[in-house]
Amino acid sequence: MLKVQNIIKDFGGLRVLDGVVFQVAEGAIFGLIGPNGAGKTTVFNIVSGLLQPTDGRVIFNGADITRLPPHAIAAQGISRTFQNIRIFGEMSLLENVLVGMHRLFSYSPAAMFFDLPKKRTEEKLLREKACDILSLVNLEDKADWAAKNLSYGGQRKLELARALATDPKLLLVDEPAAGMNPAETEELMDEIVQINRRGYTICVIEHDMKVIMGICGQIAVLNFGELIAEGSPEEVKRNPLVIEAYLGKEG
Amino acid sequence: MEPETAFSAIGEDLICIGRVTVFLQQFANALALGSVYALFAIGFTLIFGVLEIITLAHGTIFMVGAFAGLLAVTKLHLGLGPAILTAMLAAGTLGWVIDLVAVRPLRKRSFHHLAPMIATIGCATFITSIAQGLFGAEAYRFPFDFVPATSYTLGPVQLTLLQLIIIAISFAFMVIIIVLLHKTKWGKAVRAVAENRRTAALLGIPVDRVYQITSFTAGALGGAAGILTGINFNTIHAFMGGPMLHRGIAVVILGGMGDIRGALLGGLILGFSEIMSVAYISSDFRDAVSFGLLFLILLLKPAGIFGRTGERKV
Repeated sequence: MLKVQNIIKDFGGLRVLDGVVFQVAEGAIFGLIGPNGAGKTTVFNIVSGLLQPTDGRVIFNGADITRLPPHAIAAQGISRTFQNIRIFGEMSLLENVLVGMHRLFSYSPAAMFFDLPKKRTEEKLLREKACDILSLVNLEDKADWAAKNLSYGGQRKLELARALATDPKLLLVDEPAAGMNPAETEELMDEIVQINRRGYTICVIEHDMKVIMGICGQIAVLNFGELIAEGSPEEVKRNPLVIEAYLGKEG
Repeated sequence: MEPETAFSAIGEDLICIGRVTVFLQQFANALALGSVYALFAIGFTLIFGVLEIITLAHGTIFMVGAFAGLLAVTKLHLGLGPAILTAMLAAGTLGWVIDLVAVRPLRKRSFHHLAPMIATIGCATFITSIAQGLFGAEAYRFPFDFVPATSYTLGPVQLTLLQLIIIAISFAFMVIIIVLLHKTKWGKAVRAVAENRRTAALLGIPVDRVYQITSFTAGALGGAAGILTGINFNTIHAFMGGPMLHRGIAVVILGGMGDIRGALLGGLILGFSEIMSVAYISSDFRDAVSFGLLFLILLLKPAGIFGRTGERKV
């Protein structure tokens, strides 16, 4: 479904990604791991169109999306969450999700100004759908809260819900468990698996090994911008290069 | 009680009632003036909140709205309602075109805030001189009795039909804008872009289209303010946008940059301080008093009434 081909990214003179190659199969939960500064988030930024790679290509469902602007990539069916939370704090939870659904509304600005029936029925329908999405991450009872009043864990879940609202084929999740307590993490893992079962392909960056090993079928390991291993959780866990990257070389 | 003292007591009462009546009357006048300021400032603050530029062409858009309304009335013989719609359509289109030719190309390349601002000065000067070329420097008027000089008595206060229309229309547009921003997908998209442009883009919101819609809407509101002001003072000329622009900037800064409630409240405050300083001090000092007051409020709340540093809201 997603093919990342030989991505190279330079920031000034610094090469942060050096020939990264991996594939995400449809229906999978794919894990992207690596030590701090390995370039994981940069990969997400390139796939979602926030950054342009210096070289290499990103193929999504057979189409080259490398140079498309972010909203066009979103329209192709790729959505993401952020490591540092970027919800719309002044809006309600429901509105956050509705903003994510923008693409699914088809009425024009003219219909808005003249309050045409098409606008009314669409707004109503999608409002119901937004409530449904909020219930996927167990936030439906707080739909009218201002998003900034949510707990940290709650905001992460809202980001996930908002990303889902764009009706993506592929969901990029950047460190969803960061800052969560063990109970919240447990709940989150469960929710990610539920979301995956609904037919969404998921690519997740995570530091928490328990999360990655628990939910991912396939894992790629980055270190200093290079791909050092790829495979099932079991294979990756035994790979000497991975052990070295995480624990350091034995004396 | 001596008859003489009793008489003077009644006299003082009468004077007192008279003062209250004058105040209430001025209150009504201030509401009419302030609501137009608010209408103008809302468009201004919308552009700032969403596009993050200060558009110095907003006064020119205001002037074009006034002229479009005037031509609709004098040449096409339209009534008040259609004339207002014409003014809004013309001013909105102009706002959209200015974004398209002057702001967008700069936005595409880099987002230096000064460059688009200077570009809007260029547009303003360009359009103002065209207007001057077409209409000369003299002032135009709406036909006599375009809005009948009827007035209504509300207790001690007399409101003219025109004042009622201005207040009603201004507030109606403000309510409509707020409802659109909260209840529609485009409104939510506008607010999302104002909060975080990059995140909005990632969620599939066509940010450029949101800019265009915002520019049109802001222009249309400026145009409505233009025709209403034109009718209210019954002078329309090519340079009427300048003083309004200064007031708009002051109102927006006072209310808190990018905040709609702030623009509304700021517009009313400016309207009140202008009217009250004319009524109680002297018309010579009108701008000195009202802008002095703005300055004082800013000393107390530097980010404006609703402004919080580092955070914006539409």
